[in-house]
This record gives sequence, structure tokens and C-alpha cells, in this order.
Amino acid sequence: MNIHEYQAKQVLKGFGAPVADGVPVFRASEAEAAANKLPGPLYVVKSQIHAGGRGKGKFKELPADAKGGVRLAKSVAEVVANANEMLGNTLVTKQTGPAGKQVNRLYIEDGADIERELYLSILVDRSVGRVAFVVSTEGGMDIETVAHDTPEKIVTLAIDPEKGVTAQDAGKLNAALNLSGNAAKDGEKLFPLLYDAFTTKDMSLLEVNPLIVMKNGHLRVLDAKVSFDNNALFRHPDMVELRDTTEEDAKEIEASKYDLAYVALDGNIGCMVNGAGLAMATMDIIKLYGEEPANFLDVGGGASKEKVTAAFKIITADPNVRGILVNIFGGIMKCDVIAEGVVAAVKEVGLKVPLVVRLEGTNVELGKRIIRESGLNVTPADDLDDAAQKIVQAVKGN
Amino acid sequence: MSILIDKNTKILVQGLTGKTGSFHTEQALAYHGTQMVGGIHPKKGGETWDGSAPLPIFATVAEGKEKTGATASVVYVPPAGAAGAIIEAIDAEIPLIVCITEGIPVLDMVKVKARLEKSKSRLIGPNCPGIVTPDECKIGIMPGNIFRKGSVGVVSRSGTLTYEAVFQTTNAGLGQSTAVGIGGDPVKGTEFIDVLEMFLADDETKSIIMIGEIGGSAEEDAAQFLKDEARRGRSKPMAGFIAGRTAPAGRTMGHAGAVISGGKGGAEDKIAAMEAAGIKVSPSPARLGTTLVEAIKN
Repeated sequence: MNIHEYQAKQVLKGFGAPVADGVPVFRASEAEAAANKLPGPLYVVKSQIHAGGRGKGKFKELPADAKGGVRLAKSVAEVVANANEMLGNTLVTKQTGPAGKQVNRLYIEDGADIERELYLSILVDRSVGRVAFVVSTEGGMDIETVAHDTPEKIVTLAIDPEKGVTAQDAGKLNAALNLSGNAAKDGEKLFPLLYDAFTTKDMSLLEVNPLIVMKNGHLRVLDAKVSFDNNALFRHPDMVELRDTTEEDAKEIEASKYDLAYVALDGNIGCMVNGAGLAMATMDIIKLYGEEPANFLDVGGGASKEKVTAAFKIITADPNVRGILVNIFGGIMKCDVIAEGVVAAVKEVGLKVPLVVRLEGTNVELGKRIIRESGLNVTPADDLDDAAQKIVQAVKGN
Repeated sequence: MSILIDKNTKILVQGLTGKTGSFHTEQALAYHGTQMVGGIHPKKGGETWDGSAPLPIFATVAEGKEKTGATASVVYVPPAGAAGAIIEAIDAEIPLIVCITEGIPVLDMVKVKARLEKSKSRLIGPNCPGIVTPDECKIGIMPGNIFRKGSVGVVSRSGTLTYEAVFQTTNAGLGQSTAVGIGGDPVKGTEFIDVLEMFLADDETKSIIMIGEIGGSAEEDAAQFLKDEARRGRSKPMAGFIAGRTAPAGRTMGHAGAVISGGKGGAEDKIAAMEAAGIKVSPSPARLGTTLVEAIKN
């Protein structure tokens, strides 16, 4: 789960991180009051969407030479004018895709005098199985570009979970970021508290880009991006409240209600599969035979009949779907449960497109019998290859 | 020989009394008499599990190990308590711990990993289908009927793709020495390299199938390991597959570990690394068996 920048800063501020004063704004009419709460004379008006590259992004509805999704304002009047221009319009950035994202929230923030821009993130480094800091003196730009062009400027430091961030770790991070004086003292406080925020709230990513050294020599978190480990949300109801569902795909929200792993894609063949690996492989084989998958859908291990029915409904609700492939290799998942769920869903929502079902594994004979005896127009398949060819043929024939 | 488990392996079940634990314990008992020796439940110690073969329930793993001589444990405990269950098994010095549970918070696994490094235990998983040595022992949730005793070592990050590899090598008449699902989470107990080393050292394993997926660099690491071992004269015919060739970047594809980020972890790089290490990579998940047969012939 992702949250907005202003929410992330609120969370980090709770742990003691130095962030600028700011006020979130949902309507242009709120902009003036928001700006008046800040000291001025420099303000920043920032689009709040769940995608990076906002500064260099362009608004679809505005002329090509209009400013991007993050703007400086030198008076309250300028804040208001910018808010009027930005709110409700669609911001297209490197990360949003060509469709862009509608800006429904702005964050009006106190401006800062920037001396240097740095990069800092915290994530789980799977190669060592530890939480790690990734830092670079090259902040304020796309870190992927830095990694590609000047990998030597990125320093990774894994943290021992039983010790946390030690004084030695903080020293290494200060050195990597070339910090001294007040900035280094700030760093000694900032690194452990960011680590504390990351581990306490079960974050999967905490990215500060840029972390700035101000002209007064102190550090400030100028931008913040936070994602949470979905598997740990059960112990953070306060973070779940920050979820903004307008930033997510409607079908994916519906799927998440049933605990289904679903990702919407652009193709025509709807897929329902058990297991993430087999679900990806099913997408791959559809493509191998010349068609495109409409989605990734893993019904998981312990799916109930109701869950399977819900999954089937989500797939059929996608207008791009012209054929459906159900591919189950039951281990923990029993084939008869899948079969019952599919039959129940078809009876409820009807079946307007070809459906190919491949069942194998636990309780396979029972599952096949349920499908056979249902009287539904289902094409059975013997194996994965057979299933993929049958559904691709059926879709091409339509 | 086989790797990790055989007919002498004695298994405790952590989470035996739950629905999943009970179902798969029955399946294991029915699989060539896998030695399930007891269950663990903190509040039901002293009771008996009412399955087709009654099993004693112990309050702690340590007690279960002492009274049964268990050499392995399988964890079916739900996500919130699973890491605690693994740590309990580590503290009891269970040599082999297999965690089936899907959805454990990753920072819980970071803590487990730190404990594991200082211990005598090996952890397989979490979020994995388990291990099977055909006709001898089945730990976890893999369907037993698709196995056949034979010579292929199977190692996979994906559960259901493990079944595909097993099913296809059975149909190809090769059968398996042992199949190991290492799990789809980003932080796990055992990596490809660990299992590949065991397969290279195992006389019964004549060839290997390795199934990876997008995300991380475990496949690249494994490829480098295989190259280095081949230079020392240790190699076996291998087929491979990488799931997620068509997955979009930046999205998590079901497995928490399956995400392409920052241009790293993509399928094409992994396939290139594996092929450079002499693994014949199948373009289709339906041709794992036939691809291995070709690799053995060459």
C-alpha cells in the first residue's frame, strides 16, 4: 500500500524527522487559508498523486509550456493561482503512464533554501535478508539514472536487526553523504529515527529524495515516499486509514476485498490461476501463442468457493476480456473447490465468452466431474500447453 | 540417496489442529507412510489429534522433539504467528524447518533470518509448497500422486510451477530424486545455491530443473555458482524456466518477491545468465520435461 507525500511526512514527523510545515488542500478554495498558515515568503505547491516524477510531469489539460506538478510560489496569490490551475487536472509523469493521474489533492509547503540535494532510502535488501540504507550524494534526480550512469555514487549499508542503527553505521552514512558539522549531527539523529519508523510501521520502502542540506547547515526531509508491506497491514490499522482508493484500480480494490492477488493488464484473455508463479507462467504462455493476458490473478492457496466466485466475477466484469482460462494445479488448493466456484459464478453472471478449464492435482477427478456434470459450455484441457492453445484459438476465432 | 528428507525423517506439525494442517497431515500419512510423529499447540499439550492415525499433541516444540526424536517440523501457523513458530523450532534445534505459511510480514522474516544464521537449523520457505522425496517422505502441500521415484532434482521459487516440473518429468519417465520448493518471499531460509549444492553432491540426482521468477538476483547468483562449480568439474544436465517474462515493471505479481524494480530482476537478464551457465531454458512452462530430456541427450 502506498500513501501520499504529505501523509508520509506526517508519519515521519511523528518519529521526529525534520520536515517543513505544510497543509494539505482538497479544494482550490482552501489554498489561500492554507498558505496563510505558513510563514512565507516562499511556498511550494505540490501535486499529491501516487507516482514519482511530478516535478517534470505535464498537465494534460494545460498548454505544453505550462509548469509541472510541483511549483514554487512567491506569494499567497501565486499559491492560489497555481492551485486553481492544478487541482482537478491530469498529471502525466514518467511513472503514471500516458493516461496520467487526476490531481485531487495538493500539499502547500513552506519553501526551503537548498544548499545540497541528497538521496536516501530504506528497503529490505533481499540478497542479505536485512533492512538496508541506500544513499547517494546525487539527490533530487531519478535514482535509477544514477544507478545506471554512476553506480559508484550509490552506497548500500545493511543493518543488523539485533543492533539497529549503530553510531558506526551513522558515521558511515554521514561519510557516504559527505556530511559534516550540524548536518552530520542531524544525520546521527535522523538515520536511527527513519529506521525506527521503517521497522515500527512495517514499511517496504521509505524514500527521501531529496534529503537536503539547507543554507543554515541543517538537514530536512524535502520529499518522502512511503510504501507498506501489505502482509503486515493487519497490525497497523492507523496506516490503513491513510489509504487513498482513488489512486488504485477499481478491479484491484474489489479483488483485495477477497484477498485475491490481482493486477489489471491490457490484453483479452482473462486468467484465473492458483499460485503466483503459475499465474505468471500462464500469462507468459498466452503471449507465447500470440495473445495477451487481460490480468494476473492468483486465487491463492486456501481459496473458498466464494473467493473463486468473486474472482470469476472480477474477470468477467472486464469489458476487454474475450476469453477466460482457468488453470489450476491443486496442492493446498483443491480442484473440486475451484470447480464449484466456477460453476456457481457462471450460473450467477452467465458466460458470454469461451471458457477453457485445466485442472490437475489434489482432488482432480472430483473437480473434473463437477465441471462435466454442470452442463456448462466449458472446454476442458489436458495440460497447460493444451489449455493455452485452446483459449488462444477460441479468442482468435471470435 | 536423496536430499534433505527420506523415509527416516520424523516430522512434527506446528499448526496441526488447524484446517490446513490437519488436511495435509492426512495427505502426508497417506503418502508412503511419511513419519508424522506429533503436533504442537501451546494450549492443547497432552491431547491427541483425532486423525486417521492419532498423533500426540505437545505444548512446545522442545517437548515434542524430546519425546518423539523428531528431525523436522512443518509450519502451518497463520501469518501473524508464523515467525514465532519458526523461532520456537530454531530454539529447539530442529534440524529442518519447513514453513508453508504465505503472507508473513517481511520484517518478521528479517528477524527469523538473523536467528537462523546463528543456529543449527535449516529453514525451507516460507510461502513454499514443501519437499518431497518420492515414495519415502512428503512434507508440505504438494500433491503426492504426480511424483515418481527417479533421477531429477527439482528446485523452484514457485509452488505450482514445482508441480508442473514434477508432473512433466514423471510423464517423461525420468521421475524425481527430491523436489524442493524454496518459496516466493523476498527473505527466505534457503536459496537456490544451497539446494543446487545438495543436488550436485547427491549421487541419485542425475539432472536438475530450476524454476525461477522475476525479482531479486537469486537466479543470477545461482548461475554464477554453477559456472564456478563447472570449472571445478562438477556439473549435471539442467533445464530451467523463468516466470514473469510478460510482467509489467514495478508491480508485485502475487509473490511479494516477484517485482521488477529499477530495471533489475527482469526475466531476460536471468534467462541470459542461466543460459551462460549451461542451463537449457525453456520458453514455455509446458515444456520443462521435454527441455530437460534434450539437455540430458546433449
